Amino acid sequence: MPATKAEIRSGAYFDSAFLMQLQRNLAALPGVLDAGVVMGTEGNKELLAHIDLLSPEVEKAKPDDLVLVVRAESEAVAAGALGKVDELLTKRKSAVSEEHRPQSLETAVNDLPDAEWVLISVAGRYAAGVAREALRLGKHVFLFSDNVSVDDEISLKQISSSKGLLVMGPDCGTAIIHGVGLGFANKVRLGPIGVVAAAGTGLQQVTSRIHQMGGGVSYGIGTGGRDLSEKVGAITFKQGIDVLSRDPETAVIVLVSKPPAPRVADEVLQVARKAGKPVVVNFIARPLAARQIENLYFAGSLDEAAQMAVELVKNPPQAKAGSLPLERFAPGQRYFRGLFSGGTLAYEAQYILQGYLPRVWANAPLNKEYKLANSLISQEHTIVDLGEDEFTVGRLHPMMDNELRIRRLLEEGEDPSVAVIMLDVVIGFGSHPDPASELAPAVVKAKKAAEAGGRYLEVVAVVTGTGEDPQNLDHQIEQLKGAGVWVSTSNEEVVRYAGQILQGLNAQPTPDGAASTPVDLTGLQKPLAGINVGLESFSENLKVQNVPTVQVDWRPPAGGNDRLMSILERMKQR
Amino acid sequence: MIDIEKANTTAVERMMEAHPILTGMGKAIDVIPGMKPNLLLHAGPPVTWERMAGPMKGAAYGALIFEGMAKDAAEAEALIQAGEVAFEPCHHHNAAGPMAGLISPSMMVYVVENTTHGNKAYSGLNEGRGKVLRMGAYSPEVIAKLTWMNEVLGPTVDAALKSVGGIDIRTMLAKALHMGDDGHNRLDAASQLYTTALAPHVARVAKNPSTAYEVIKFLGENALSILNPVMAAAKSMTAAGDNVEGSTIVTVMARNGTDFGIRVSGLGESWFTGPAGMVKALYFPGFSEKDANPDIGDSTITETAGFGGFAMASAPAIVTFIGGTAKDAVNTTLDMYEITYAEHKFFTIPYLDFRGTPTGVDIRKVVEKGILPRVNTGVAHREPGVGQVGAGVVTPPANIFEDALVAFAEKYGY
Repeated sequence: MPATKAEIRSGAYFDSAFLMQLQRNLAALPGVLDAGVVMGTEGNKELLAHIDLLSPEVEKAKPDDLVLVVRAESEAVAAGALGKVDELLTKRKSAVSEEHRPQSLETAVNDLPDAEWVLISVAGRYAAGVAREALRLGKHVFLFSDNVSVDDEISLKQISSSKGLLVMGPDCGTAIIHGVGLGFANKVRLGPIGVVAAAGTGLQQVTSRIHQMGGGVSYGIGTGGRDLSEKVGAITFKQGIDVLSRDPETAVIVLVSKPPAPRVADEVLQVARKAGKPVVVNFIARPLAARQIENLYFAGSLDEAAQMAVELVKNPPQAKAGSLPLERFAPGQRYFRGLFSGGTLAYEAQYILQGYLPRVWANAPLNKEYKLANSLISQEHTIVDLGEDEFTVGRLHPMMDNELRIRRLLEEGEDPSVAVIMLDVVIGFGSHPDPASELAPAVVKAKKAAEAGGRYLEVVAVVTGTGEDPQNLDHQIEQLKGAGVWVSTSNEEVVRYAGQILQGLNAQPTPDGAASTPVDLTGLQKPLAGINVGLESFSENLKVQNVPTVQVDWRPPAGGNDRLMSILERMKQR
Repeated sequence: MIDIEKANTTAVERMMEAHPILTGMGKAIDVIPGMKPNLLLHAGPPVTWERMAGPMKGAAYGALIFEGMAKDAAEAEALIQAGEVAFEPCHHHNAAGPMAGLISPSMMVYVVENTTHGNKAYSGLNEGRGKVLRMGAYSPEVIAKLTWMNEVLGPTVDAALKSVGGIDIRTMLAKALHMGDDGHNRLDAASQLYTTALAPHVARVAKNPSTAYEVIKFLGENALSILNPVMAAAKSMTAAGDNVEGSTIVTVMARNGTDFGIRVSGLGESWFTGPAGMVKALYFPGFSEKDANPDIGDSTITETAGFGGFAMASAPAIVTFIGGTAKDAVNTTLDMYEITYAEHKFFTIPYLDFRGTPTGVDIRKVVEKGILPRVNTGVAHREPGVGQVGAGVVTPPANIFEDALVAFAEKYGY
C-alpha cells in the first residue's frame, strides 16, 4: 500500500541545485516511488501538487521551510527514506578528487614555467608533433618515443640546433641531466664526467661503472640510436660535445656509440678534438686507430671507457704549450704535400693523417682508391714517395740525391693552395753526406717565394738518424731549423703536428650548413623541472628525485583527424 | 599574409576593453535596429518554424498573444502558418535573449552601451523563475506578468536607470565574481547589487509607493534580475571583437533548442551549426530527461565573453549542477584556459590568486585539444507551454568548431 510522508524543516536554507541532488538520492532509495525536496514557496507547492505530493502539512510550509516529501511502497519505507535525509545531507563527495592536470603542453608550460625539459613518450605517430610544440615553446626534448621517421628526426634536430635546444632521441631511453635521471636511468652520483651516447644501455653501463669506481657524472646526453647515421649527421651528438666542452663542471668527456657511419664518426672526432678537454671514445665495433691522439683517448670497451674517464679525472694530462700558426696562412691555403724519401715513413704518414683528413692521395697509397693519377702532379692532400721505382729509373735514390726533391719542393711551394710541406731526412751510412745543407736553402727559397705571393708556407721535417751518424743528427736539425723548418725525430709527431694544422685550416664552422645556436648552459644548470607527456612512470621517477613535474593529460590532437591536424600545423608554421 | 596571433590579440583585447554601461530601457521597435512590427527575435542561430523547438514555439505563441496579434495559441499558429510573422535571431540585431530568447516589437528591452567602442546591445526584462515565456510557457498568468513588466516594471526601471546615470555592468560583474557568482547561472550577488543600486532611484521615480514596492520586490526576489542586462553587456563586449580579419576567436555561441551555433571573428556573419545537445541535468520534482528540450538560449554569450561557466572557480556553490565537488568547479575553469586565448583583465578569480578568467574561445585550441566549451544551463520542457524542468551541464557539438576551422583554412589559404 503506497504511502506518502512529509517532513518540514524550518529555517534550513539549501541551494535549489543541492536540493535537486538530495531529491534524486532519495528517489533512488529502494522502495521509494517519488520524492520532492524543495523550499516551501508557492510555486514549489504547486509543483508538488502537480505530482500528487502535496499534503495538508506541506500546504502550511512557508518559503523558508525545507519540504521533504516521499511516496513509497509502504509507510515504513517512506519513513525510512526520510530518516536517511540527514545522512544524505551531510554526505560528502570523496574529498580527494583528482588533481587538475593540464591537457596540453602549452598549459603545462604555463603551470610550470621553470621547466626546461619536456619528456615525450606518446605513440610515434604523434611524437614529432609534440616535440615540435615543445621546441616552439623553447624547451629541450627528451624523446623516448620510437617509430618517429628519419625525416622528422632531421627536421626536429635542425630546429633544435638552430634554437640552441637539445632533442635527445627519438628512441632515447635514458639521460642524466645534472644528476637527475630521465627515462630509464641509474642513480648516479654527480661528478665531473660528461657522457654523450648514441646507445641507451651503453650510457647506463658507462655511467654505472663510473659510479661504481667512485666517479660521478655531470651529464649523460642521449642522442637516439640514429643520430650518428649519415642522414642525421650527429646533430645532437655534436651539440652534446659542445655543451660538455663548455660546461665548467665537466672535466672529462666520454663518447659512446653503437657502430656509427664512418664519415660521421670522423666528423664527430674532429669536433671532439676541439673540445679542449680529454675525450674518451668508445665507438663499438670501430677499429682503434690509436690509443691516443691529442686529447682523444680510445677505449676498447664500455668498461674501459669508464675506467679511462675516471683515471683522467684523477690524473689530468698536462696541457702542451705552443699553438698552431693557423692565422699566418692566407685564405685558400689548405693542402698538405709530403715529399718522402722513405717508403715506410710515407705509409705511416698516410695512416696517421686518416685521423685528420678525409683522404690523402699518394703514388704508393694505403688505399688504392686514392692512387695519384700522375705521380708528378699533386692533388689536394698528397704524399709522394720519391724513392719509388718510377722516380729512381736512371737516377740516384732521393736519400742520396736531393735534386728531384728540391725541384718538387719549390714547385709545391708555388701552389697557392698548399699550406704544409713535409720532408723526411734520413741520414746514416750510404745516405747523402749532408742533406740539410742542400735542403735548408731550398726551404728558405720556397718560403720566400710563398711570402712574396702573400702566403705562409709551413715546412716540417722528420730527421731519422743518430748523433753518431756521419752526417750528425744535431747538425742536420740545426740547419733545418735555421731555415724555419719545424723538426722532430718522431715521424708520428711531425705528421700529427701537420695534421692538426690542416684540420684547423679545413674545419668548416658548421658542417651541416644550417645555422646553429649554442645551447644555453645556464638553463641546463638550473635545478631541473620537467613536463611529461606520455608514460606516467616517467613523471613518478622525476617526483622521486624531487624534481618539480607536471604530467600532461595528453590526447591526440584533433582526435587524430589528419586533415584537421595538418591545418592546425600549417597555421602554427606561419 | 595574415597574422593569426596579432588578429586574435586585437579581437580579445577589444572584447576585454569594451566597457558596457546599462543606460536605460526602450521598446524593441524603437531601439533595436532592424526591428519590424511583424518580426520576432529568438535565441540561437536561424531556424525555420518547422524545425523550431517546442519551448521556442510556445514563447512565440506567447509573444504574439502578448502583442495582441493573436488571442490564443491556435490563432498564433495560424498567423505563423500564413507567413504573417518573421523570425530572426537576436544576434542579427545586436540582442541576446535567455532560453527561447523571444523579443517582440512592443517589449521593453534593456539598452547597454559599450562606451569604449560605441556599439549597443539589447535584452528583454527577466521574468524570474517558474512558468515563464522564455521557457516556453504562454498561459494567461504568463502573459499578465509580461504585461505588468512591460507597463509598470520597464518604465520604472528605465526612469530609475536614467536617474542613477547608468550602471557599469563590467564593474558590477567583476565585483559579483568575488561574491560567489559566475555571471551566468549564479547571479545572486549581482542581482542584489543591481537591486541595491536601483532601489533608491526606484523610490524616487516610481508613480507611487506601491509601484516602488512592487518593482523593488520583484527585482530583489529574482536572483536572475540582472541576467538580461549582463547578457546584453556580454553581447556588446563580444560584438566589439567581431570581424577582425584573420582572427580565430569565437564571438557568438548560441542555441535555439534545435541547433547550437557559433560565429567566429575572422569569418564574418557565417554561422557554424550542429545539433543542440541534451543537458546532463538535475530535474524538478515530477520531471525527467524524457521531458527535456535540447540545449537552448543565448546566455552562452556570457561564456563567449569570458565568464559564466568559464568562471566557475569563482562560484563553488553552483557545482551541485554538475553533481561534483567544489574542486570540479575549479577544474572546469582550469580546463577552459586550455581553449581560450587570454586571461581577462577585469574579471578575476580570488581562488586562483586573482587570475583573470579564461577569455576568447579559440577554435584552433578547441579542435586541437578536443576540449569543448563548458555550458551550464537551465532546461526547458520540450513541449510548448510548460516551462522549466531542471538545470545542468552541456557542451556544444564538436563539429561546429571543426567546420569553422576548415572554413577558416579555406578562406585564408591554409
